Amino acid sequence: MPENSAGTLAPQPAAKLKIKPPRLSGTLYRGREGMWSWVLHRITGVAIYFFLLVHILDTSIVRISPQAYNGVIDSYKQPIMGIGEFFLVVAIGYHALNGLRIILIDFWSVGARHQRLMFVIVILLWIVLIAGFAPEQIRTIVLEIQGHTSA
Amino acid sequence: MTTTIPAPRTSYTPPKRRRVNWEKWGWLYMRVSGLFLVVLIFGHLFVNLVAGNGVRAIDFAFVAGKWADPFWVVWDTLLLWLALIHGANGMRTITNDYAHNPLLRRLILLAILASTVVLLVLGTLVIYTFDPCPANAVAGSLPDFCPVK
Ligand code: HEM
Ligand code: HEM
Repeated sequence: MPENSAGTLAPQPAAKLKIKPPRLSGTLYRGREGMWSWVLHRITGVAIYFFLLVHILDTSIVRISPQAYNGVIDSYKQPIMGIGEFFLVVAIGYHALNGLRIILIDFWSVGARHQRLMFVIVILLWIVLIAGFAPEQIRTIVLEIQGHTSA
Repeated sequence: MTTTIPAPRTSYTPPKRRRVNWEKWGWLYMRVSGLFLVVLIFGHLFVNLVAGNGVRAIDFAFVAGKWADPFWVVWDTLLLWLALIHGANGMRTITNDYAHNPLLRRLILLAILASTVVLLVLGTLVIYTFDPCPANAVAGSLPDFCPVK
């Protein structure tokens, strides 16, 4: 037996609805933070990917000879590379934190409802990570400028 | 011949499909590997970039020291396979999104697949055929535990 007869299925007045319709309903990935979080996720993913391709090749030089490997690694100890490493960590930091947010949206029963709050948390944690890493890396870059290329 | 007509309220049952839903497993892989990669990558970055003297401590002897420990051998193997397949699968998605020309798309996908296979084999060989005390080494570039020549 249906619980309501057809007569009581008339639309309820909007004021009685508990959930307010969002500004763009059902469009988590269109416009606003939903879309920008995705754009940034995509850009950082591609950047890390190309780094990884080069990184596997440079590590493989360890099989040629110790001198060859040390030579390549010494070029990593230049100030310009120090700046590159900084941006690599910044990119991975965002991709990892937002990746966890995506996982929560998909698997946590109320994840999609809290996606905006989680994006704010992602950005805050990202800033904390950058603030924690930057002084360390600036110290490294300064030492590299002064010519300390090895331990 | 009799035709059975399902009861009017029977819900629609989709025909049984036997094909594997690769797209679904790929989607799941991105999420599961992502969880592992958070630990693997930040551990890798901390040990190689931040701890001690950071990047300035890295040289042949540093790598030899790490790979003398099975812990880091397993760590780097997992990192290599999980990260490269995750990245390559992500690049596949992006290619499907933007490369509208079918020929171009096939070429890019093929290049991604080929480079992934080559780099997985290369990276794995590098870890497992690594010789910490090679004969062609210049004095002073070897880790402490190598016999002195
Ligand atoms: C600037 C930051 C980085 C530095 C200084 C660095 C350094 C190193 C070093 C010294 C090794 C040799 C083995 C070892 O120490 O474990 C290595 C191997 C490796 N790294 Fe990194 N790494 C960095 C970032 C990354 C990132 C972001 C990834 C992943 C996306 C990664 C993936 C790998 C892999 C897969 C290997 C093993 C390669 C092989 O099998 O031949 N690394 N890295
Ligand atoms: C640090 C841990 C990481 C986490 C938690 C993570 C998480 C994720 C997640 C959840 C996705 C979404 C897939 C989808 O929307 O279906 C994704 C996409 C992607 N990831 Fe990662 N990832 C990580 C590391 C990496 C690394 C190391 C690379 C590069 C080698 C990478 C490259 C990509 C690419 C290229 C995409 C596709 C982006 C797109 O389709 O817009 N990720 N990642």
